[in-house]
Order: sequence, then C-alpha cells, then structure tokens
Amino acid sequence: MSQTFTLDGKTIPFADGQTIIQAAADAGVFIPHLCYHPEFKPHGSCKLCTVKVNGRHTASCTMRAAAGMVVESDTEEINAERRALTQMLFVEGNHFCPSCEKSGNCQLQATAYHLGMMSPHYDHFFPNRAVDASHPEVLLDFNRCILCSLCVRASRDVDGKNVFALSGRGIQTHLIVNAKSGQLGDTDFTLADKAAHVCPVGVILKKRQGFAVPIGERKYDQAPISETVGEGQ
Amino acid sequence: MTINEMHAEAVAGVVDRVVARHRRDPSNMVQILREIQEACDWISPEAIDRLQATLGVPRTKIEGVAGFYAFFYTAPRGQYRVLFSDNITDRMLGSKALIDRLCNNLWVERGKVSEDGLVSVGQTACTGMCDQGPAMLVNNLAIAGLTAERIDQIAELIRGKVPLAEWPAEFFQVEDNIRRADILLDSDLKPGDALRAARARAPSDGLHASNMRSWREGLPTGLGGPAATLDEIKRANLRGRGGAGFTTGLKWEACRNAPLKSGQQRIVVCNADEGEPGTFKDRVLLTRFADLVFEGMTVAAYAVGATKGFIYLRGEYRYLLDQLNAVLARRRAEKLLGENILGIPGADFDIEIHLGAGAYVCGEESALIESLEGKRGTPRNRPPFPVTNGYLDQPTIVNNVETFAAAAMIALNGGDWYAGIGTKASAGTKILSVSGDCARPGIYEYPFGVSVRQVLEDCGATDTQAVQVSGPSGVCVAENEFDRIIGFEDIPTAGAFTVFNKTRDMFQVARNYVHFFQHESCGFCTPCRVGTSLLRNLMDKLHHGAGSPYDFAEIERLNQLLQSMSHCGLGHTACNPVLDTIAKFRPYYDKRMMQQDFTPAFDLDRALGAARQMTGRDDAAAHLATEHGGKA
Repeated sequence: MSQTFTLDGKTIPFADGQTIIQAAADAGVFIPHLCYHPEFKPHGSCKLCTVKVNGRHTASCTMRAAAGMVVESDTEEINAERRALTQMLFVEGNHFCPSCEKSGNCQLQATAYHLGMMSPHYDHFFPNRAVDASHPEVLLDFNRCILCSLCVRASRDVDGKNVFALSGRGIQTHLIVNAKSGQLGDTDFTLADKAAHVCPVGVILKKRQGFAVPIGERKYDQAPISETVGEGQ
Repeated sequence: MTINEMHAEAVAGVVDRVVARHRRDPSNMVQILREIQEACDWISPEAIDRLQATLGVPRTKIEGVAGFYAFFYTAPRGQYRVLFSDNITDRMLGSKALIDRLCNNLWVERGKVSEDGLVSVGQTACTGMCDQGPAMLVNNLAIAGLTAERIDQIAELIRGKVPLAEWPAEFFQVEDNIRRADILLDSDLKPGDALRAARARAPSDGLHASNMRSWREGLPTGLGGPAATLDEIKRANLRGRGGAGFTTGLKWEACRNAPLKSGQQRIVVCNADEGEPGTFKDRVLLTRFADLVFEGMTVAAYAVGATKGFIYLRGEYRYLLDQLNAVLARRRAEKLLGENILGIPGADFDIEIHLGAGAYVCGEESALIESLEGKRGTPRNRPPFPVTNGYLDQPTIVNNVETFAAAAMIALNGGDWYAGIGTKASAGTKILSVSGDCARPGIYEYPFGVSVRQVLEDCGATDTQAVQVSGPSGVCVAENEFDRIIGFEDIPTAGAFTVFNKTRDMFQVARNYVHFFQHESCGFCTPCRVGTSLLRNLMDKLHHGAGSPYDFAEIERLNQLLQSMSHCGLGHTACNPVLDTIAKFRPYYDKRMMQQDFTPAFDLDRALGAARQMTGRDDAAAHLATEHGGKA
C-alpha cells in the first residue's frame, strides 16, 4: 500500500483495485452511503456516496482509487447535495419513522440525522404500495423501499436464489419477488437467507419481533452512523 | 376464441418457437419478449412460466426486463394497442383532438383498455415522424399524417376487428422528405465499393494507427488495409453524430487495441435507437441508404477487427425490420457480409438486428449494450468503457447510424477529402431533422457551419420565435442567436431542429419536454428518478397557476443536483429545456406567476376532479372556488 490519494486533505493509502469508499473506510473515514455494502458488488445507484474527484462529481463506491487523486467529500456543498438526495428518498416512499420498527436501526434515518436533514423539503409522493405478509417468518413493507438492491444482490450472489429483483422503470421502479403470485410466501425465501438481513431500511422485517429493543437503545441511538465506518469489512 | 383467450398450450407453443429461434440464449431476452408479445398481444404469466422453464432463468429476471420497457405489457392491453406520439410537434399539429376523437369513437378512456378487451388508446414519446405528424403506433406499427378522417377510418377498422395486415397500405406509408442532400444523401455508393477501397488502401507514411493487425486476431499480417482505413477515419476528424461528438478514430483505435480474452470477439454496434424527440434522420438513412450504413459498419469491423455486428433499432421503427433484413440477406449473397468477405480469407463479419421496446435511455451506449444483452436498459458504471468491456464484456464500439454512413464515404474517398468539408473544428456534413412551424419539414444535409438562420430560410420558416436544436437535451435558440452555427464549436447537435413560431407558448414546450424526461428516466439513480418527477410537478404547478418565485429557485436547485449527482446524460440534461426557456422566454413564465408568495401545489378543487369524473358531474356546484383560480 505505497500508493495514496488525498481525501479532504488527509492522505489515504490504498491497495490496487480498491474503490475510494473502501480505502476511506480502511483509513477510518466515513462517506455516507445507502446502496453500498462492503460485502457486495457496488451498485452506484443511491448516489449518496458521491464525492468530487479532481473537481468532478463521481460515486465513490464505484470509482477506483488512483494515486494522486484529490478527493473532496465532507464539504458543505457535497453534504447539501447528499441531504437533498436523502430528502428525495424520504418523499418518494412512505417513511413514518415514529411508528417504524426499524427506527433507530435504519440507515436512511441515521444518514438523515448525520446530514442534518430537518425536514423532507419536497412534497410527499404518497405512493400506494401494498405490504406482503404472506411469508410465515418475514413481513415485506414496500412503503420503505429505497431501491438500493442490496436484497437483490444478497439473494442472487450469496443465497443463489434470486428471490428479489427490480421491475418497472423510472418513478415506477419497484421491488418484485420470485413467484407467479408475486407473494414472498410462495418463494423459497427463509430467515436464514443473507437477503433477510441486509435491508438498510424497514422493508424486510422479522415477524413477531416488534420492539424487542426499545427505541432509544438501538444501534444508531448508541452512536451516530459516522462511527460505524469500516463495519463488516 | 380470441387471441387474448389463447390456451396456455398455445402460448407455450409460441414461447417454445420463439425461444428456439433465439437459440435458448437469455441474452436475447428483449427480442424474445417482443416476439412473444407480437404473437400473443401481451406477455402473460403463462408465457413467463414457460419462458422460465425453457430458458432456465429466474422469473424475477424476466419480469424485471418486461417491466422496464414501455412497449412490453404484462397485463392485457387489447388486440389493438394504439399509442399516439406525444412530441410537442404532434401536439402543435392537433394530436390531442385526434386522441379524444378516437377515444370517443371507440368508447374507451385514454390510457385504459376498452371493456370488451378489444382496444387501448394511450400515448408514447416521439415516434420519429415529426415531419409528417400527428403520428401513432398501432401494435408498434407506425401510422403518420393522421387526420380526423383517417382517425374515423381507423376506429371503423378496429371496431370491425379487421386484422392489421388488411388495413389499407397507404395508412402505413412513411415519406422520406429529403429536402437538401449533400455527400451522404447524394451518395450513389455501389455496395462493396467502400470496402474494396478500404482493402486497397496501403498504409501511408506517418500512419497514426500504430499496430498493423489484420482483420482477425492471429491471422498473418500483411494487409495494410485495416490500419490504413483507421488512419483515414482519424485524418477525416470524424466525430460521433449521436450528440456527444466523441472522436470516432480514437474510439475505434481503443477497441482495436483492447486485448481479447479467449473466446472473445470484437463487436460493432450501430445505435439506431433514435429516441431524441424531433429526430428522424436515422429513419430516412435506414430507409433509403441502408447499404451505406451497413457498409460503414463493415468498414468499422475491418478497421477494428470485429466479427460481430448489431443494429439496435428503436421499437418505433419496427416497420423497417423486414426490409432491413432483406438488405442484409442480399449483402450476404453478394459476399459483403458473412464469411470471407470479398474473398479475403478470415474476413468474417455479420450483422444482426435487435429491436428496442420503448426506452429512450437505451440510446445511451452502455444502456444500449445492457439491452442488447437482454437486460433492463440501465446505464452502466464507467469505467470500464465499452471499447474494452462492452457487449458480453467484449471490446465494443457503438456509433450512430450517420457516423457509419460517413465512415463508408471516408473509406471510399479518404480522410483528407472529408476533412475538407465543413469547418475547421467540425469536419463533414450534418443531417438535420427539421420539423415544427415551417413550410417544408424534412431532412436537410448541410456541411457543418451552416447558420440557424440559413436553415430557417431553406425550410420556409417565418415569424420564428425559437428553435430547439438537438431535442430536449439540446439547446433552445432564440431569435437574437439565429446567426449561430451548427457545429461542435458552437451548437453541437444529434440532428433535431424543431421550429417554433411566435404563436407558440414556450412554457408548454418546456413542460412537454420535462414530462418526456420524467417518463423516460430509467429509475436507477436517486437524483434522476425522483428529481425528474419533482421537476414535472413544479412545471405542472406553474401550469395550474400556483407558481411563485420560490418555484424558480427550486428548479434552479434541482438542476444543479441533477447535473452533479445523476448517473448519466439523461439526468444531466433534464433541466436544460426549463432553464433555457426561463432565461430566454421569461415572459411565458411570468404570465403564470400570479403568486408572489409561496403557494402550495395542492388544489382542493383539482383534487375533486376524480370525484367529478366518477359522478359524471361538471356543473358549477361540483366545483370549489379556488384562491389562485387554478383550472382542473
């Protein structure tokens, strides 16, 4: 690891083939992200991890680090843009944090706090999305889906099942499950699947586990998301 | 038994036949789905069952692809599926009244299927018939030059359940409307001449292309042709004609120099996904000059060492498929395609046509490649670029139809000849698709450097207020800029040239374009997926009379976000039409700004519209007086 780039003025070493976000995490620097997960192939869709590389915006989860790069991340400009993206995700779906089982364990919520999001800013879309309670162990609440595709990748690449996929286009893009009925209960999905444990928000929820940990004592209640950097690597 | 009621067995038969024709290859998924729909009217759960079994791919993958493309239906849309082209030019020619007329005639609500399941009437993005609109697609076949009379005839044919094949042939007549021809549209290239010239071309001194590989990896070298041909393309200073203007020679050379892994080949792709509203030049090139385009592709294959070619033809041009396949077959018979082309041992190259299915974003080269591979048309993360990792991870060049036509002429006449045409910065000619408010809409080919004013004069445009050059993602040119020129140094363009006279409301033009981008966003990245919808809502808010200076600031903010954070060019340019028209035609916006303070977009009276429709009432008592006088 003799090569380095700079991130907000700090020298970051990296190994060949590492992306900016990987090298930053190894060096203990947090870059906000939602669709990125260190165990999976990067997707590059949420755009939260966008940084400026030599003055140009680019997603840090897909951009390979190169020697001498000058990267800006924690700047007022970029954080304002990230905040706007977070607001977009909030108004696109139906996110009611106070009544959500994932509150306090939710990456979207924690990222919004991290970025200082004080309001949704945009008009809510209030989409009409049904929940899927057909599976004996798991509830799917699509109202909270942010289309990060982590469950898609986990089911395909780790579980070898292809239980999930994205269908539709544009603002109609939505998560589908691998059954003619469209119901999770008619798939071979189980709680043991990797895909059952990667949702950054509150779509894939274990049934009969509501509020096992009280609000106030949950993951991001204990420490802000920026301190979870490097987790899972 | 109607087609809709086809027995599952019959559906399975269709699926098996289609899948067999595509060699059970899931990378042909988009083509497979299209052919199934052509035979069955829609892609039913039973068809997906069978596909899943015969192709061995998960259902989620099939449904994910089917759900992406606007022309694929996973719910019945009728035996007759009518889609009106909804470009601004269609609207200017009165398409809205024609849609209402057809809907009334057929007793069907716009966007819905008739109760007897016979017909649906909807709208789609520009179908590339702007010079002869209003236009529609019926079961994906183009009908242009619509009139009230023609609409009544069509309603009659649909009600009488007359098969499309028995409709009068003149309905499907598409005019070429070539108004000004130059080196491409005047070309009388005999098939094979450009290839023969390329082959005969000896490497000259000062060759730019450094390596001298022959057509195919591993063949003995000694042919000067390929490298010399690449050299001519570079000398010609040819730049891509699809809008981005990347230097063709550099792209080809990068592909030629990209290493091949075992079992790989190089790929040449012709981008005929002409989706930019207002563009229709590729339609004419492929109708009248298909040989020139195919020859250009073969020249490219020769220069880069490719053995496989694709044409990605937009679904709206489905009507061209059979005649293009006939040209390909003829060229194979003439030894201009296939194995040992022109008798050169190992000179193998063939071309396959893939059809799109209603997705503008597939005009972006990496989304196009995804679609060619049978996937959702989502632009890829780059790098790596297609020249090294393209179709099925193989080195691939993607060029516009017009670029290949120009390449054929360069192979024939040399790079210096071509570089002498046009301006210093922009070599050659550009074909413009002229439509809108002018006496002679159609195709105009000019050497680069022609002024907007000259084009307006030639097409018989008077009292012109604005020209949208290169479509919604291009630039809106106002009267005081008409001396600007078409060229990479001033106004680069993919070819659309849409004229608006002084009676047109430029706000409505911009709003139409914003709706287009919202409809065509692929949904992959957050800023474009949500941002284009927010932008549409803001424009609709202004349209409904609830706009305030606050909304201008919002549009500005959204534009910055889309430009900096979006994944591809669609998001980067989605705000252009609004920003351009705000800057240049502010009065059209001011007129709608009756509010000086922030006003919510929500309007109680408009929200009651659904209730009025359900109860069939529209009298005064069914309306609420609204604060800002918005009209439902």
